[in-house]
Amino acid sequence: MTQVDPKKPGLVRKAWGFLLELLDVLMRPSTVFGLGVLVFAGFVAGIIFWGGFNTALEVTNTEKFCTSCHEMRDNVFAELKSTIHFSNRSGVRASCPDCHVPHNWTDKIARKMQASQEVWGKLFGYIDTREKFQDKRLELALHEWARFKANDSLECRNCHSADSMDITKQSPRAAVAHERFLFTGEKTCIDCHKGIAHHLPDMRGVPGWQ
Amino acid sequence: MIGKTAIFLLAAAIAAGTGTLAAQTLNSGLRGPTPLNDEGPAPPMTPMRNTAEKEVRNYPEQPPVIPHSIDGYQIDLNSNKCLSCHARARTAESQAPMVSITHFMDREGQFLASVSPRRFFCTECHVPQNVANPPVSNDFVDIDTMLSRAAPGGRR
Repeated sequence: MTQVDPKKPGLVRKAWGFLLELLDVLMRPSTVFGLGVLVFAGFVAGIIFWGGFNTALEVTNTEKFCTSCHEMRDNVFAELKSTIHFSNRSGVRASCPDCHVPHNWTDKIARKMQASQEVWGKLFGYIDTREKFQDKRLELALHEWARFKANDSLECRNCHSADSMDITKQSPRAAVAHERFLFTGEKTCIDCHKGIAHHLPDMRGVPGWQ
Repeated sequence: MIGKTAIFLLAAAIAAGTGTLAAQTLNSGLRGPTPLNDEGPAPPMTPMRNTAEKEVRNYPEQPPVIPHSIDGYQIDLNSNKCLSCHARARTAESQAPMVSITHFMDREGQFLASVSPRRFFCTECHVPQNVANPPVSNDFVDIDTMLSRAAPGGRR
């Protein structure tokens, strides 16, 4: 049995005391540094923090970062490799964040905050085997389709704008479909173009599929 | 010994044979002028025909060919991209021809409500076409030409 010495303060108590002391220091006006020095130092620290934050954010926005997890590398990235968004006649590649992370800053931060849940999933092995991934594939796909539907296929339109689309250069079938559904705003890209970059899940029950 | 002579003769025959093979340029339509013991350059891949216009069938039972590109179309247990336009319920929106009713029939001749599993994999029979000049000509004669010939056994 361990005996608690009543004279010695506990760990919680010590930490609380430290916090109070710190608060006291932070609240007290400086007697050593001038206001200008403090403002300037704050400004410099701000630049370093902001730059570092954005740099770190951009690192998480690369194909290399995404495929550093085997969940991505062995499932969805492997499937992407055979599609036109990975290799094509003009050599332009759409990598993971081009389609899955909004480009504009506010939306990007919102998506990144959501993605913190994916870190949780990674830590606890939510889809750490091929079988688990297959079982969750429909659910995961439904999330992405819902997101694309809600933002009017924004990530598609970052490259494929309806305004700059020359339907005379398209096959007759594509031209008719785009004229009827895209230009009228009746449908958005993802309504018809599902499974263009990854394999499709079991599509029974998905509208428009058998 | 007879054996040694025979082996020598055989070796000489093989050597002569390979010599003639190497020298020969067989100008068959499919191989081109490449000698038989060489591997010629692969012909360039030709583009898909993508006109979306129906092509005539060469005989009534021919599965219609696909007049458009089907690159990346997934047809497996999970989904069938073709049916997202050609299924009965989808044809109003897609204006694509409906999968023939014969595809709804199971092997006992019973008609099912939708495409029978044995007819699910479209590309088993239906194929897209490439824009290519056939290296060998085809002298297939279809039944209409055959019947209209004024020959014995013909229609007239």
